[in-house]
Amino acid sequence: MNPPNQGHDRDHAHGHDHLHAETGLSGRPGYYDIMETAVRELLVERQLIGPDEIRRQIELLDSRTPALGAKVVARAWVDPAFRARLLADGRKACEELGISFYDDTQLIVLENTDKVHNLIVCTLCSCYPRPVLGLPPDWYKLKPYRSRAVSEPRAVLAEFGTIIPDDVEIRVSDSTAMVRYLVLPKRPEGTEDYSEEQLAALVTRDTMIGVVPASVEQGKAPQ
Amino acid sequence: MKNSTRETTGPLHGLVFAPGEELLFHPGDPIRISSRFPVGHYRVPLYLRGKAGIVEAVIEPAAIDNEEEGYGRNAGTRRHYYRIAFPMTEIWPDYAGSLRDGLRIEVYETWLERR
Repeated sequence: MNPPNQGHDRDHAHGHDHLHAETGLSGRPGYYDIMETAVRELLVERQLIGPDEIRRQIELLDSRTPALGAKVVARAWVDPAFRARLLADGRKACEELGISFYDDTQLIVLENTDKVHNLIVCTLCSCYPRPVLGLPPDWYKLKPYRSRAVSEPRAVLAEFGTIIPDDVEIRVSDSTAMVRYLVLPKRPEGTEDYSEEQLAALVTRDTMIGVVPASVEQGKAPQ
Repeated sequence: MKNSTRETTGPLHGLVFAPGEELLFHPGDPIRISSRFPVGHYRVPLYLRGKAGIVEAVIEPAAIDNEEEGYGRNAGTRRHYYRIAFPMTEIWPDYAGSLRDGLRIEVYETWLERR
């Protein structure tokens, strides 16, 4: 498996090989590019949606980042009542913090404890808690992660540098239907004096997918 | 079909559910995922067909049946998704991790069988 962030998105259908986004169009559009354009133009032509609605939705999607999820986690660490509400209904608790859900997905928040380590995956495609984390990383969308996370999660976690003892249950959640997941990592030791803001800085994207634990060192890594 | 479960415990008495919205399964029920293989795109992963699990939770609210809706065969009726728990060893007989390890997934009611 490729290390995180170096995975190339082999799913995309352009049929060429590049490691970074292109800055301009080159070559012929692929099959799915043409299909997307055709469907979009038909929807606009039939006045079912307007071009501005598409633009606004893209703007909305692009505005979401893991910083939102980090705020949710940090609040749960400092506020036990909020934590309880978050675990009971993830979506409602996020909405409490002003994070809107623009689709009809529910959110289950999975709490890591001394007995359970949660890992999330979508074996079907790339279902991801976008309202709270933004767009998924490339490796999350690629087949090696998607197939191996459900069949050999401990080996996958080890490749991320995460070793889970055998007496801790690994619980993999496969989000293929209407529900999205967010991992609530364990609060790192030695952070008793941290402010909510300092705690949020320790909560990276990968900790909320469950591939690494939150740690004081994680917080220092560039996000 | 039991029809008293939610009438007696819910806040409203005498509530009548739309067809399909009444729960067929409850947390703790042992189930098996159907081993049907219809042609087309289905969200129930192949690796779980025929596998035995336990209902862990009911996902509210009831949701549209995408598999019917996608073919224009559903008039907006709804059923529930259930969060199902499987031991990894049930899914992968030669699973190499801890015996405690497990998997969770939401599965639509039409794919669940009693066992």
